[in-house]
Amino acid sequence: MLPKFSYVRATSLDEAVRLLSSDDGARVCAGGSDLLGCLRDQVFECSRVVSLTGIDGLRGIARTRDGGVRIGALTTIADVAADPTINQSYPGLAQAAGELASPQLRNQGTIGGNICQKPRCWYYRGDFDCLRKGGTTCHAVAGESEFHCILGGAGCFVVHPSDTAPALVALQATVRIAGRRGTRSVPMEEFYVLPNQDVRRETVLEPHEIVTEIVLPRPAAGMRSSYHKVRARGAWDFALAGVALALQFSGNRVTAGRVVLSGAAPTPWRSREAEEAIIGKQLDAATAAAAGRAAMEDAVPLRRNGYKIPLFQGVIEEALLAIGRA
Amino acid sequence: MASRRRKPAGKAQISLVVNGEPTEVAFSPHKTLLEVLREDLGLTGTKHGCELGECGTCTVLLDGQPVLSCLALALACDGKRVETVEGMARGAVLHPLQETFADLGAAQCGYCTPGFLLVAKALLEENPSPTRDQIKQALAGNLCRCTGYLKIYEAVELAAARMQGEEAEAKEETLYGRR
Repeated sequence: MLPKFSYVRATSLDEAVRLLSSDDGARVCAGGSDLLGCLRDQVFECSRVVSLTGIDGLRGIARTRDGGVRIGALTTIADVAADPTINQSYPGLAQAAGELASPQLRNQGTIGGNICQKPRCWYYRGDFDCLRKGGTTCHAVAGESEFHCILGGAGCFVVHPSDTAPALVALQATVRIAGRRGTRSVPMEEFYVLPNQDVRRETVLEPHEIVTEIVLPRPAAGMRSSYHKVRARGAWDFALAGVALALQFSGNRVTAGRVVLSGAAPTPWRSREAEEAIIGKQLDAATAAAAGRAAMEDAVPLRRNGYKIPLFQGVIEEALLAIGRA
Repeated sequence: MASRRRKPAGKAQISLVVNGEPTEVAFSPHKTLLEVLREDLGLTGTKHGCELGECGTCTVLLDGQPVLSCLALALACDGKRVETVEGMARGAVLHPLQETFADLGAAQCGYCTPGFLLVAKALLEENPSPTRDQIKQALAGNLCRCTGYLKIYEAVELAAARMQGEEAEAKEETLYGRR
């Protein structure tokens, strides 16, 4: 059973922002697949659900004037995965969307909701008074930590659950946000908040703010992108270890680009160490292996997740070799 | 004059087309589509499973697409078409998938079956002759703890063949095991 709440289907962004501003217990709802789980688990309180589904213009994928693409926040993951333009110009995002969750959840979940997901840590979702929920400790440190982070943890050791977010950081996407003071744009790379900055939030969004669209820049010449993910179940699951690549090539040589990890850190994790290890080089076996090792140099596992280090080295190596051959 | 359909106080009301029939239903606003189908419309064929999005047994078709009814607010479904397992048979005539699931032993305890049937139905409407891999992908969001999935895949394949007009029969091996 869900806790009792009232429900409003906003018909404009202004109305949605006003509803969120006027009520501390209001929560924004797109597809609902993450929100309903959080409400059932009583992760946070909610007295009013503000649905965005009645607002025109938040859905769909369109070319921008400068050759990029804009994706409305309410576009379903299934639509992102199947879109011909995304598949052609940003295959890393199409792969991330296509490998995410189950077919049913891809039909329900939206891209805006996917990048704003709450962590899946079982202590956070469970009946534990953890640091992220205002408690004093992270129970994963002394407890069951096999799915927790190995990079970027500080006090709290969740991993960010999204597959599309690392692909969007790699592709240098921008998030458009509407709020009380109008609209603003934030690069995906700056959208997320690490626990050492503020352990109570995952993104820079204020409670009255709403993600309205994601804008992808026009792919640079020689750009290739991919997403590789290792999961515990073959059918579907969150990433144990994943890597999003968006690399520019000149011939066989990498000239620029980003390597972004999923399942590694409380945010999508850009590995500048791995990027440094490959830029200016051809992606041969030695370079790919060196990049995998470089990405894990600063990794600090908890008691139960040390396996992630060789797993990440392997998946990074594999992903780099595959994109080098593409 | 009061409308006969005036909604009760504190309740929300929506219109749905449920298994082809236009329906109006009133319920508490925090109810999921699963709860409204089972508790307010009496359609208990849709099963209540994990409530977490992991098992798929609550799957229904919403405007033709498989969704998890336990993670959909009923209020968000206003105006949509909902198809549940109750809508699959035509009178006493079973849907070909229901027939092959029964004949091949693709249902054992049966708790997951409504979800599998609806996902398979949506698949065959989009792709009348899917490969085994395509079937596996389409059914990836549904858990079955009895069958080991093999008979489910075979039942979908057999139904697909029959729906294409082939006079297909179950393999001996599927029905009686390897001799």
